[in-house]
Amino acid sequence: MSCSCDTIRDTLIPTLGIVTDIKQQTPDVKTFRVTLPGGEGVCFSHSPGQCAMLSVPGVGEAMFSITSSPTNTNYMEFSIKKCGRLTDWLHDMEVGQQLTIRGPYGNSFPVDTELKGKDLVFVAGGIGLAPLRSVINYVRYHRSNYGTVDIVYGSRSSADLVYLDEIKGEWDGKDDVKVHLTVDREEESWKGHVGFVPNYVKELAFPPTKTVLVCGPPIMIKFVLAALREMGFADTQVYTTMELRMKCGVGKCGRCNIGSKYVCRDGPVFRFDQLDALPEEY
Amino acid sequence: MRKIPVADLPKLYAEIATERQLWLPREDDNRVEFGLWSDDANVSLTGKTAKSGKDFFFPQTEDIVRFRMNGKEIDINPAPTAEAPFVVFGMRACDAAGMDVLDKVFLVDPKDSFYAARRTVGTVVTLACGAPEDSCFCQSFGIDSSSPGGDVATWIVGDTLYWEPLTEKGEALTTAVGAVLQDAGPDGDAAVGQVKADAAKAWDAAPFAGLKAPVVPLEQTDDIFGLDVWNRLSEACLGCGTCTFVCPTCQCYDIQDRDDGAAGVRRFRCWDSCMYSDFTLMAHGNPRTTQLQRFRQRFMHKLVYFPQNNDGMYSCVGCGRCVEKCPSALNIVRVMKAMETKA
Repeated sequence: MSCSCDTIRDTLIPTLGIVTDIKQQTPDVKTFRVTLPGGEGVCFSHSPGQCAMLSVPGVGEAMFSITSSPTNTNYMEFSIKKCGRLTDWLHDMEVGQQLTIRGPYGNSFPVDTELKGKDLVFVAGGIGLAPLRSVINYVRYHRSNYGTVDIVYGSRSSADLVYLDEIKGEWDGKDDVKVHLTVDREEESWKGHVGFVPNYVKELAFPPTKTVLVCGPPIMIKFVLAALREMGFADTQVYTTMELRMKCGVGKCGRCNIGSKYVCRDGPVFRFDQLDALPEEY
Repeated sequence: MRKIPVADLPKLYAEIATERQLWLPREDDNRVEFGLWSDDANVSLTGKTAKSGKDFFFPQTEDIVRFRMNGKEIDINPAPTAEAPFVVFGMRACDAAGMDVLDKVFLVDPKDSFYAARRTVGTVVTLACGAPEDSCFCQSFGIDSSSPGGDVATWIVGDTLYWEPLTEKGEALTTAVGAVLQDAGPDGDAAVGQVKADAAKAWDAAPFAGLKAPVVPLEQTDDIFGLDVWNRLSEACLGCGTCTFVCPTCQCYDIQDRDDGAAGVRRFRCWDSCMYSDFTLMAHGNPRTTQLQRFRQRFMHKLVYFPQNNDGMYSCVGCGRCVEKCPSALNIVRVMKAMETKA
C-alpha cells in the first residue's frame, strides 16, 4: 500500500482490508470476515456498537455496524443484507478480495459503565441482531461483570434468522444466557415460538428492573418501546442504535443530523430518554 | 494601521500577486464574482460578490483519494492537500463570519485536513461595508459590517484604503507588501469611525433593520419544530438547492467515486444540499420524504441546532444571497419572523 501523505492522514482516507471468509447467513445476509491485508489482525480496535465505513472503490462507501466483539483481535466481522448498489457488490465478492475500510465511528454501548452489573435483555429483529452481537459476545467474554442475560430474537421466517449456529451452539443455555427465538408466522418445520417480537417481549414478562438493548426495523423498535413502557420500564433503561445515511462519519457532511445530534458522531447508540429530547421526525 | 491611495491599489494587487494567487471581486458580464487578478481585471469593490468566497477553502468539488485496482488488490493514494499560498481580497464582514462557522465544523476534531490546509495557506483580506444592500441582515446575528474579521481588515474612505492586520498571517502579508503601504497615522481611526457612522445610519434605514435571530433553548426545540407555519413557509419550495449553493455557511457534502478507466477510481467530495430529495435516501427508505421536512431541517439547523451545539453561534451570517436568489421568494428572513412571533 502506498501513501503519499506525510502528515496526519485525513479520516476520509480509508485503509486496506481483505476478506478472509464469507458466510451465507440467510438468503439475503452474508457475514464477511475482514482483516489487515496480511490475512490476520483487525484494521483498528473498536468498542461494541461502533461502526465502520466499508467501500468498494468505484461502487461506493457505506456505514456498517461491526458485528464482531472487540475481544476478538484476529478479525472483524460485518453482517450485510443485500439491499442496494454497494451491498450487491459486496455479496458478489470472493475470499481474498481487498476492500477499503475506515473507522471506528460513533459512540458505543456503555458496556464498561452504565451496563456493568445490570441484568440485560437484548431484543433484536432480523439483521438488527448484527450490532447487538458485538455487545452479546463482549458480555459473554466478561460474563461475571453482568447479571442475567436474555436474548429475544425474531425474524420474518426461520430462514431469516442470522447466526443460528452460534445462537444454538454457543449462546443458548451456556454461561447462564437464555435465548428466546420467535418467527412472525407459523412454519411446518418451526417448533419454537410464533409471533411478533414486541408481543413476545410482553409475554416473557421481564421485570422492569432489567436493562434493555433493542435493535431492528424502526417499526419493531417503536412497538418494543411501547411494550416496555407498558411493562413499567423507564426510557432510561432502554438503549438502541440508529441508522441514517452517512457520508463522512465524523459529523461534518450533514446527512445524519437529527436535532442537535449527529447519529454518526453522537450516536449511533442512544438511550431512549436522550432520543425523547430530539424532534420526533427527522 | 497602514494606508494606500485607492488609485494605487493596482500596485498593491501586483505586490500581493508576486508570490501568491490573488482572488478579488471582478466584474464580468454585469456580475461581480471572485476572480483571479490580472492587470486588465475590472476590479469592483462596491456591493457583494455573487458567491461568498467559501469556495476557496471548501471547493465545490475536490479530490480526496485515488484508487488503482489490480485484480483483487487495491492501491490507495490520498490526494495532496493545498500548498500554494493565496489571498482572497475584498470579502465582507458577513462572509468572513461565514468562515468562522465553517471553522467550527471542519477544524474541530477530527480536523478536515483538506480544509485545514487551505485555511493555512489562504489569507483573507476583508473590506468593511458601510452601505448594506436591501437584502442584508448580518446585524441580526451580531455582525458589525463596518468592522470585518479575516486576517487583514480594510476600510475605504474617500480616496484612501486603510489596512489593519488582525492575525499573524495578516501581519506576514502586511510585511510582504509593506513597500506599497504607508503608515496611516491618526487618519486611520478617524476613517474607521467614518465607516462605522455611515454603517450605523444605513442600518437604521435597512429593510431588515430590527430583525431578530431566534434564541431557542434545547427544551423548546420541539415547539419550534412542530410549528404549523412550516407548512405555509415551505409550500412553494422547489427543492432547487440554490440557497444552499450561494450560502457562505452551508457545508453539507457528498462523497462520490468516478471511474477514470486506466487512471483508476477518483473519490471526490462535492457540495450537496439538504434541500434535495435524495440527500437522506438509503437503500431501505428515506426518513425525509417531503419538501417540508427538508426545508424545516435546513432552517432548524441554521437557527436552532447549530447555535445549540456551538455556544450560540448561528449558521447564518445574514449575507442575503438566498433572499436574492430564491426563485420562489422564500427565505430565512420569513422563517426568522415566523419564529419570532411563535417562539
